[in-house]
Amino acid sequence: MEQIMQIDGFIALYIFMLAGFVGHEIIGKVPAILHTPLMSGSNFIHGIVLVGAMVALGRASTPLEQIIGFIGVFLGAGNAVGGYVVTERMLEMFKSSKGEK
Amino acid sequence: MDILNMTLIIDLSYFLAAVLFIFGLKRMSSPVTARGGIVWAGVGMGLATIVTFLFPGMTNYLLMVIAIGLGGVIAWVSGKKVAMTDMPQMIALYNGMGGGAAAAIAAVELFSGKDHGLTFGILAVLGGFIGAVSFSGSLVAFAKLQGFKNTTLRFKGQQMLNLALLLSSLVVAVMIITQHSSGNLVSIFFMLSLVLGVTMTVPIGGADMPVVISLYNAFTGLAVAFEGFVQQNPAMIIAGTVVGAAGSLLTQLMAKAMNRSLAHVLFSGFGETVAEGQEVTGSMKPIDATDVGVMMAFANKVLIIPGYGMAVAQAQHKVWELTQLLIERGVDIKFAIHPVAGRMPGHMNVLLAEAGVPYDIIYDENEINSEFESADVALIIGANDVVNPVARTDPSSPIYGMPILNADYAKNVVVVKRGQGAGFSGIENALFFLDQTRMLYGDGQEVAGELIQAVKSL
Repeated sequence: MEQIMQIDGFIALYIFMLAGFVGHEIIGKVPAILHTPLMSGSNFIHGIVLVGAMVALGRASTPLEQIIGFIGVFLGAGNAVGGYVVTERMLEMFKSSKGEK
Repeated sequence: MDILNMTLIIDLSYFLAAVLFIFGLKRMSSPVTARGGIVWAGVGMGLATIVTFLFPGMTNYLLMVIAIGLGGVIAWVSGKKVAMTDMPQMIALYNGMGGGAAAAIAAVELFSGKDHGLTFGILAVLGGFIGAVSFSGSLVAFAKLQGFKNTTLRFKGQQMLNLALLLSSLVVAVMIITQHSSGNLVSIFFMLSLVLGVTMTVPIGGADMPVVISLYNAFTGLAVAFEGFVQQNPAMIIAGTVVGAAGSLLTQLMAKAMNRSLAHVLFSGFGETVAEGQEVTGSMKPIDATDVGVMMAFANKVLIIPGYGMAVAQAQHKVWELTQLLIERGVDIKFAIHPVAGRMPGHMNVLLAEAGVPYDIIYDENEINSEFESADVALIIGANDVVNPVARTDPSSPIYGMPILNADYAKNVVVVKRGQGAGFSGIENALFFLDQTRMLYGDGQEVAGELIQAVKSL
């Protein structure tokens, strides 16, 4: 598969730097009351690893690669789905006394 | 369909997913918009997953669907069922799965024996290493918090063993990168990384576990980002890096809130340097629930300090009922939450939210500490070390310097407690011996019920 643009060298470094800055900025102003849900939420977001595992399994040719790929997709799906369910459950409970939604 | 068009759809969807992740995470950082935030991120995840099926040149679709179904269903059911008190270990488990998935990607890439070039070889190996450590480490953390393995194992030379494991995996990693395509080396490499994750986590005590889980969360993010570079997948790169950075900062915040440095958490056990601290003198004065009910009902301002003991006793619903009664009577009532109340920062807020307590009467330590002086009653339920004034007054105490809630400044202090024992850290609490302090002994839930009756009968 040909990529239109290769992400490597300095482009990669720039993406890495900027994305890291974004992550740092977002958490920096978070009140302590949301630390647990936020950890859970960021845990969900790295569930995107599922996509990579799918590609790895999709390109696997030997049985060994297929087995590992299968485990990878299984684990990735668990990360994404589980992370979503528990984060959503926690955040759903946060309500204001003014009752606005 | 045209391969180029397909690639364009995939790239666009990944871009959209990355945008949704960032804005979702941003929205999650305020309680008002948090609920929407996770939904946004969820939409991004769904989109990215679906378009990945369109990826050109893929096979094994059946296996893929089975694996997604299996992992998804198991996680869905367990996530729906888990009690709010058990949330920390559940997060650890899901995080470990993510780390394992990243390690699996690296394993497939490395076992395939493709020449990745130096940069991508290093990134693949590094991501695999971090992912594997996060995987086995998180599983140990899960097992510990779940109570499968309560004892903390420490032995002489543990640090040396960890160092040896780290160095040998480094050596094997270099061999893999320089002479790629040796299946055995790759197996040994992952074995070493997995063992290191276990030996790193086993000596860490339960109290420090939240910090460790948060650290592994950041690790997994980083591993995902590295594998994203290897696979040239921008959604993985951005999501992984954002989580890596956010997770690192969150880990630091947590460690700071617990008065522990990260190095301390990782390289020493809690209580290894037990300083004795000064002797606490005086006596504890008991009180009964009826008197406390009267005291609170006629107070102008009451601050409630809940601790993990309240959650263990499942008393949060009763406490909220009591709070509502007092609000009806016109009492100014607020919840004061220490950052480490519960089992990780913010955990207590989740538990209170579950009981229906609105978040705008919940305050954290630096918001509320100035209000204790004007409070008539400070009601402490199941908290101990976080209100111990020796953290402020006694430099020889092991918890000296830890930020605490200044409950001792309140005019009256009522401590709901099961027995007379010391707190989690084993340190006597000087607050319990103060003149204005009364002890209300009993199980948190029963006591809260008695207090409700007392207030109702007025």
